[in-house]
Amino acid sequence: MSAHTMMESIARLVPQGSRVLDLGCGDGALLAHLQATRGCSGYGIEIDDAKLLTCVQRGVNVIQLNLDEGLAMFDDASFDVVLQIDTLQHLRNAEVMLRETARVGRMGVLAFPNFAHWPNRMSILRGRMPVTKRLPYQWYDTPNIRVGTFKDFEALAEKNDLHILDAFGLQEGREVRVWPNALAGTAVFKFQRG
Amino acid sequence: MIATPQSAHFPDSLRLQGGGSIRAYDLAFETYGTLNADKSNAVLVCHALNASHHVAGVYANQPKSAGWWDNMVGPGKPLDTDRFFVIGVNNLGSCFGSTGPMHVNPDTGQVYGADFPVVTVEDWVNAQALLLDQLGIRKLAAVMGGSLGGMQALGWTLQYPERVGHAVVIASAPNLTAENIAFNEVARRAIVTDPDFHGGHFYQHGVVPQRGLRIARMIGHITYLSDDVMNTKFGRQLIGEGYRYSTQDAEFQIESYLRYQGDKFSEYFDANTYLLITRALDYFDPARHFGGSLTAAFAQVQAKFLLVSFTTDWRFSPQRSREMVKALLDNRRTVSYAEIDAPHGHDAFLLDDARYMATVRAYFDRVAQEVSQ
Repeated sequence: MSAHTMMESIARLVPQGSRVLDLGCGDGALLAHLQATRGCSGYGIEIDDAKLLTCVQRGVNVIQLNLDEGLAMFDDASFDVVLQIDTLQHLRNAEVMLRETARVGRMGVLAFPNFAHWPNRMSILRGRMPVTKRLPYQWYDTPNIRVGTFKDFEALAEKNDLHILDAFGLQEGREVRVWPNALAGTAVFKFQRG
Repeated sequence: MIATPQSAHFPDSLRLQGGGSIRAYDLAFETYGTLNADKSNAVLVCHALNASHHVAGVYANQPKSAGWWDNMVGPGKPLDTDRFFVIGVNNLGSCFGSTGPMHVNPDTGQVYGADFPVVTVEDWVNAQALLLDQLGIRKLAAVMGGSLGGMQALGWTLQYPERVGHAVVIASAPNLTAENIAFNEVARRAIVTDPDFHGGHFYQHGVVPQRGLRIARMIGHITYLSDDVMNTKFGRQLIGEGYRYSTQDAEFQIESYLRYQGDKFSEYFDANTYLLITRALDYFDPARHFGGSLTAAFAQVQAKFLLVSFTTDWRFSPQRSREMVKALLDNRRTVSYAEIDAPHGHDAFLLDDARYMATVRAYFDRVAQEVSQ
């Protein structure tokens, strides 16, 4: 799935004119897209120097922070939407940050690679960790320190008393609502505090 | 780029935050680049403790006279004088051309000395605004400064919110911590207790409290560096072959370095200016009038912000910049913040770090685009 189609699918979940906090905003493309097409405002959080620079060049507000240090700078419900797009899998404190996302945002939108996508399962059955377009890394050099599945996240959300507003998979730019845990490379959840 | 110092005279007295006023004063300044037709491309650069209006360029026939931020400001530099009209101004009370304690008090006909009134960051900003009035500049595209200069940039956004488009605040703080005030106090005591200080009226005795100034500079210098950079640069290196078992000689390289820095400084810097400027640092605290709430203080801010801090800066630590970022976020202001992982301590803001320079450059590119629209 191209970065662009994923961006479009995520953008559709963000209401027009929202105030958005994008955790792990990367090069700021999604925020720039939300600002240009949906009248959103907000800030990205990014730790990487080069990506931060790209955000500044794009004119996207960006704050350099290590998410593993938490979101103490942000007040409760101070954003309409907090995004965690392909960020969760890099976080040491993924569960704490999930709660923080729900605390700071009136709504959270989270996307991550679904490890239970069938090609990944096949690979495991063959006895090897999956290397795919969505998970292009070898087991020994992957930056993804949290690998989880669509179903795993449902359980984590319940444990943290999150109310799931919408959940689906993304595959080849299409929403997958039937058996997303098996049929989609990306899991997407829209949620709020329960 | 050749720089030419200028001077502006202000016949009206300037009322000061501390209650008094300064009558008939001058401000030394320099400008670089060209003011555009609608006067919308002006950027004011504010200086820190020991710098001046000579921000960039060199003086004619003085190739070694580069301005204090020459790596940042100039043609093709991150703050590009081919696009912006950049103004550097020497603050009141300083010793580089603007009216200060070494000048004659028109009320008494005597040199001010210790009688020069205490000036604050807010007073400096007011004086800078009057200079802009003289230059016919209503609104700054940006105001920029590091350390104490960053405090002035911040002051601008609070005192003249409608006159600032952007504020670039580097390695700065919304006020000084107790430890920071403590360092200033040690420096001041070193100066004031020098027998050559004469209560601040040393000019008529034909002496300079150089011993005090040396110590002040030495302690200041330590706080501008990081433990890491000091160890890398000097470590435990000795000047000679081995220990000399002396107590008063400089034996370690770091001792010799600090003595050299102190000597150099004491030859050009004014003792009363040092007292005044460190006091201005101590006093700056915009949240003070808002029950200590920086968020409340920032409610009036209109400018867009870029803040930068450096991880090893313990004098103006990243934590202090984050406080400002938070106050801006609380007010839903436009802000970006870079926390540069650099080893050089507070001094990093004056040095070349590729990430730092590129970020400031990218930010000013955006400002330039806004200005040309």
